[in-house]
Amino acid sequence: MKRRFALGALLFFCFVFPSQGGGFDTARHKMVEEVLDDANATASYSGISALDPGVIAAMEKVERHRFVPGALAAFAYLNRPLPIGHGQTISQPFIVALMTDLIKVKAGDRVLEIGTGSGYQAAVLAEIAGSVYSIEIIEPLGTQAGERLRSLGYRNVQTRVGDGYYGWPEAAPLDAIIVTAAASHVPPPLIRQLKPGGRMVIPLGTQFMTQYLMLVEKQQDGSLTSRQILPVRFVPLTGEH
Amino acid sequence: MPRPPFIAIGLLSASVLAYEVLLTRLFSIVLWHHFAYMIISAAMLGYGASGTALALLKEKIIPHFGAVYVAAAAALALLMPSAFLLAQQVPFNPLELLWDNTQPAKLLAVYLLMMLPFFCGGFGIGLVFARFGKQAARIYACDILGAGLGSLGVIGVLFLVQPQQVLSALTALALLAAAIAVVELKLRPKWLMELFVALAVLAAVALPDIKVHPSAYKDLSQALNIAGARVIEECSSPLGQIAVVENTRVPLRHAPGMSLNATSEPPPQLGVFVDGDGPSALTKFDGNFAPLSYLGQLTSALPYHLLMRPSVLVLGAGPGSDVLQALYHGSAAVDAVELDSNMTGLVRQRFRDYSGKLFEQPGVQVYEAEARGFVNSSDQRYDLIQVALLDSFGTASAGLYGLSENYLYTVEALQAYLDRLAPGGMLAVTRWLTLPPRDALKLFATAVAALENNGVPNPSSRLAMIRGWKTVTLLVKNGDFTASEIAALKKFSHARSFDLAYYPGMKADEANRYNLLAQPYFFDGATALLGPQRQDFIDRYKFYIEPATDDRPHFFRFFKWNAAAEIFSLREQGGMSLFDWSYPLLVATLVQALAASALLILAPLALSRCRRTLPSAPVALYFLAIGFAFMFMEIAFIQKFVLFLAHPLYAVAVVLCAFLVFAAAGSWLAGNWQAANKVTIAVTAMGAISLAYLAALPYLFQALIHLPDAARIIISVMLIAPLATCMGVPFPTGMARLAGASGDSIPWAWAINGFASVVGAVLATLLAIHLGFAAVILLAVLIYAVACVALTGFAR
Repeated sequence: MKRRFALGALLFFCFVFPSQGGGFDTARHKMVEEVLDDANATASYSGISALDPGVIAAMEKVERHRFVPGALAAFAYLNRPLPIGHGQTISQPFIVALMTDLIKVKAGDRVLEIGTGSGYQAAVLAEIAGSVYSIEIIEPLGTQAGERLRSLGYRNVQTRVGDGYYGWPEAAPLDAIIVTAAASHVPPPLIRQLKPGGRMVIPLGTQFMTQYLMLVEKQQDGSLTSRQILPVRFVPLTGEH
Repeated sequence: MPRPPFIAIGLLSASVLAYEVLLTRLFSIVLWHHFAYMIISAAMLGYGASGTALALLKEKIIPHFGAVYVAAAAALALLMPSAFLLAQQVPFNPLELLWDNTQPAKLLAVYLLMMLPFFCGGFGIGLVFARFGKQAARIYACDILGAGLGSLGVIGVLFLVQPQQVLSALTALALLAAAIAVVELKLRPKWLMELFVALAVLAAVALPDIKVHPSAYKDLSQALNIAGARVIEECSSPLGQIAVVENTRVPLRHAPGMSLNATSEPPPQLGVFVDGDGPSALTKFDGNFAPLSYLGQLTSALPYHLLMRPSVLVLGAGPGSDVLQALYHGSAAVDAVELDSNMTGLVRQRFRDYSGKLFEQPGVQVYEAEARGFVNSSDQRYDLIQVALLDSFGTASAGLYGLSENYLYTVEALQAYLDRLAPGGMLAVTRWLTLPPRDALKLFATAVAALENNGVPNPSSRLAMIRGWKTVTLLVKNGDFTASEIAALKKFSHARSFDLAYYPGMKADEANRYNLLAQPYFFDGATALLGPQRQDFIDRYKFYIEPATDDRPHFFRFFKWNAAAEIFSLREQGGMSLFDWSYPLLVATLVQALAASALLILAPLALSRCRRTLPSAPVALYFLAIGFAFMFMEIAFIQKFVLFLAHPLYAVAVVLCAFLVFAAAGSWLAGNWQAANKVTIAVTAMGAISLAYLAALPYLFQALIHLPDAARIIISVMLIAPLATCMGVPFPTGMARLAGASGDSIPWAWAINGFASVVGAVLATLLAIHLGFAAVILLAVLIYAVACVALTGFAR
């Protein structure tokens, strides 16, 4: 009887309330599971034994297929970076989750992102933080991402097109900063805008390949410490596992 | 009986060879690595496939020889620009090779498109041979003369105009070849000649608008996407296309790996990109050093804190950052070496005021020379030799240099630099930081080997290494580090939160303090490389960090087969950057070369009436062997001569030209030489010459590398001449033997030789990376010996 009821309920939901993103929901859930596996595998390097539930919930919620070019929507939930035009990419979901976790965003936090790109990372941050400020250097990308985030109802995200070097002084001091745009150095103004106790994460590498993540922590006395995190479980010597 | 179209064939041949060299230039601009091996392979595929097509269609085509020949020339003209333009439309992105399983197909599409012009060129030239077989020697002379002039001439032309304009010029040249063929072959209607001339003029005038679209992921493309960016100066030579980018809205601020503790920002800068890679900074300087304090916040500033007012040699001046850094730190004198005169010209002329007359500052002397050549020929001794970090972080970190030779970071190079140091002087090399460490440890291992080769009993007392969050700097001292120097090193690093990776006497707990890693990889690696377990460490390390040598100068090759499976399995778990993409690309190219040549060269014969005339095993083996051996020699010498001729493009052009011309001379010799065992004699001579070269070339290069370009080109040609002459003997001799018998399997001999050439070009590159050039050359000699044995089986 119970089984019949369950089947009936399933058919009811499938046919009476056909969910537009039904296939995407399943795919997204599967993607999050892969991300969790990756995070577990790299725990000894990242110092994160398990992803924060808030990050997991955000990854489950944000519809990545809305942030990739239409033609690539079918690949949106693969755990891989995808091209978004203008020589830029939407990061690999695992890297997005790891970076979000590393900066330990809490409700109410003010977070700055340099390099809006598609807006996906900003959306994930917006699910957790109080306010997100995001700056994009490439005009069409920044405009598009701003409109996208607005249309998806992210009221706590402010976007801007322009130079990210001087950060967002009006929003300082900031609890966390993510610098996803490649930079030859960490702009001193960004470090100044980071709150004591604040965290900054920077992925290093190229489009399609993140080589390592740099996590900068500002201590209460204003001094800095940094960690370089290999986002993969890999021992460089054979016979050492 | 009409005469063969001698002039037209020379022009056609010149266009094809010039195109082959030009493509290596264009591919450097569009993609990253110079794709020389792939282009040579595509060219060979075109020639091979045209040989097969000719064998099958010869009888039908010969009656219409004139028309078909002119059509082939016209098709070549049409395809040279259009195949390149179409290839640019293929969304091939090497960075996605392991993410996207459609990328290999896209690579194949590029390869096949690039093959098409060579097919037409090969078809036209082969047709003349088929039609006028009895005058083969004179045809061959015109063909080779054209080829030689084409491959060398294009280098000269590239000094004058942009590569895309050369593409137009070659189109015009091929059309001119068609026009002249109409006259030489007395074809009707006569207005055909006028038509081709008109088209040639049109191509020369109208086609310069051909656009070269660099990959969207190249540094220059990325920089130009930024609002406000514009190219304010461009210049081009065979050495590279330089673009200077200004952005007043979002200024460039290039301070690679600047300390996190730094509070200052770089002053206004211009971005200088070479072939779309970069940027290097051209920094605004007005004589005031205060705004340049960022130069003291880089790991490369370390030696200036250990040496007082040093005399400095900068290897790789680029647009002058390292010269500026030396002046900022009060250096007594700065000599800087830069290969590309366009680069020095920019700083000296167009941006003379912007750079604050940098290259004319008191004590600064800039030399236009190749770094190794300069070091070898100089008597000067320096307190500091700085090897500049000029390659881009993105390109290096994506493993994009994995296949290219680099003679700046070899054991022999480091030995030469150390020889130029004054007592107590230091060599400083800065590299991008990679994780787990690759460049840094390989460089460290290379320095240890160089010190040992120079007879230093205890290298550990002469090395020091620090790492920032993005760069690593290695110091090698001509003498032992003193306590005060070590104190200065610690003070410098502590103030900037740079980590100590190694210094003599360093304790483990001093490592890994600021930029924390899961393990103190750099310290552990450096101490292992100095300890008795060095080789074991190198063997167990999952990246290839064996010191680079002039014989295996692939400094950026870190790929190891025994770690490949593990790394491949980790690619989606955050491990993509562990994989050198250039290596899988080479393997993919080899697979496609095999498949394409089997399909386009061998299969059509196997499916035609020729299947009844299958060659005997010795015949097949002979032509297979000499095809492989020839390509092995040619590719190995191209790469070996990169050191001597200072640039890959010069090496491709000069070595290709010399091999062609003298192999042709060898063919001619074979035709007029009656000895029965001429192949054995030629192969023996070639083997002896090869062995002599293997022993003598390093010394010869060292002694002559300082000579001007023209002299080095002539010497290169002279060195290759006897070798290539011997290598020209086996092919026509084998063909003559076949013709003397039934001659039925001649098409097969062509095809098998073509197949081996296509595959051999790529395989030689792969083998050189693993075994070194010397081994590839020895292998070629051995294969030639096998061919000699196979030849004895012909008569049976």
